[in-house]
Amino acid sequence: MSYSTALPTHHQTHNPLTDAYHGKSAETRHLKPNELSTGTTIMAIAFSSGVVLCADSRVSTGTYIANRASDKISQLHDHIWCCRSGSAADTQALTDYVRHYLGQLAVETGRVPEVKVAAHLMRRLCYENKDNLMAGVIVGGWDPVEGGSVYNIPLGGACMSMPFAIGGSGSTYIYGLVDSEFKEGMTKEEAVALCKKAVSHAMSRDGSSGGIIRTCVVTGDGCEREYVSGNRLPYGPAGW
Amino acid sequence: MSEFTLAPTASTAAPTGFSFDLTHRNALIESSSSTSSSNIPAKLPKALKTGTTIVGLVYKNGIVLGADTRSTNDTTVADKNCQKIHYIAPNIYCCGAGTAADTEKTTDAISSQMELLRLNTHSESRVVTACTLLKRMLFRYQGYISAALILGGCDVDGPHLYQIYPHGSTGKLPFTTMGSGSLAAIAVFEEGYKDDLEEGEAVELVKRAILAGVWNDLGSGSNVDTCVIRMDGSVEHGRNCVMPNEVGELRKKVRRSDVLNMRSGTTAVLGETFRKRMGGGVTLEDVVVTEMET
Repeated sequence: MSYSTALPTHHQTHNPLTDAYHGKSAETRHLKPNELSTGTTIMAIAFSSGVVLCADSRVSTGTYIANRASDKISQLHDHIWCCRSGSAADTQALTDYVRHYLGQLAVETGRVPEVKVAAHLMRRLCYENKDNLMAGVIVGGWDPVEGGSVYNIPLGGACMSMPFAIGGSGSTYIYGLVDSEFKEGMTKEEAVALCKKAVSHAMSRDGSSGGIIRTCVVTGDGCEREYVSGNRLPYGPAGW
Repeated sequence: MSEFTLAPTASTAAPTGFSFDLTHRNALIESSSSTSSSNIPAKLPKALKTGTTIVGLVYKNGIVLGADTRSTNDTTVADKNCQKIHYIAPNIYCCGAGTAADTEKTTDAISSQMELLRLNTHSESRVVTACTLLKRMLFRYQGYISAALILGGCDVDGPHLYQIYPHGSTGKLPFTTMGSGSLAAIAVFEEGYKDDLEEGEAVELVKRAILAGVWNDLGSGSNVDTCVIRMDGSVEHGRNCVMPNEVGELRKKVRRSDVLNMRSGTTAVLGETFRKRMGGGVTLEDVVVTEMET
């Protein structure tokens, strides 16, 4: 007996040995059938007094867009945020855990948690559960010790401090662009502009990235959330 | 040594835990029989799934949920009028797609937890709470509970609508659809959705979206159920509010053979004594009270 599937896409049965690589990108082939993926472009740049985090908004199941205006930038603490890529379920669970632990830590120590602590907490969860997770996270934020900082935590569970980081399936299309346009000591406006430019380029080339661009600028004064709608992108076809 | 003590079985102890010896055999049977024309069953039985169209929508004054009423088992319609809008709390309801048993059990489990939380805190349930409980449970089971849900309700923060996938990811949206008919239904929403719809317009749009699934998706069919949850706390159920597949009138026209119509009196009546029901409602009058030996 066979049964009709209640979810769209993937009507064929999966044999992990034969069709593991069929029509799937490096990011999506490790996902279980029907699992939601934030086939993504995410990015973060640290500037003198803070960081800017940036992401597209597409969430897909196979070839179906499950959510075209999602928010892949999640808050971990007052001044610490992260960009999520990979499995939507895994990264949502991870950020929920880190938010919980960080909140607890802040109350216990009575201090503002450092971005470094948040990143290492995330790294620990990613590394120790790497066999069961599909999560690439960029942690960014501001703290009184180091100012603005960015940490990249790719699939295997490494953790590295970087002046800027890009991630997700769309990032491969913009490595050259970001490498050539990035310079040390950018202003907030320059960093935001570069983020929007790079992510819009990735969205136009990567099928798994698209929708709108969401940004989050974190400084010691607070966080500013903004978005660029899909018909006002710096690059790419206008309107849809 | 009494007869209750276990005999020492140090070396002959049976292995403990689960045995997966037959999983390989089952996989082999499944793969070999699909290619050959032998009479071994082609596939092992699977759970009942509700090939479904479910939708949810935020309007000016609350939430409208909608669902079709077909439940399928392979190509057979198992239930022509099942209910897919489940109760979570007085102000929160949840549409379920996927395996029928899984959606039923998860929503039941969470509605139970919500009730206990309400009794403990003496406050109205929030939609985020239900959403968090559901996503935690589904994530723990790593997608093996196949329940794709649309959770909607009104609380102190206003109307909320969430979509929840079997792996435990969630999204908060102004309108959403799920199940095998979700593509047909989302097309209707994309065409007709506006911010701050009136209640009448919203219900009509939801009905149209479900009907798109009923007509264009094989896994969905039969009738339309709706549920309106308003900000004032009132809930209006539209059970079978559209019944485009009524066959009652047609069926009446069918004339059956008289052999099939048993007239009353066909079976002889042997006696008609009525006895008062006992048990269930036992009172002190029904029992003899005796002193307990102490």
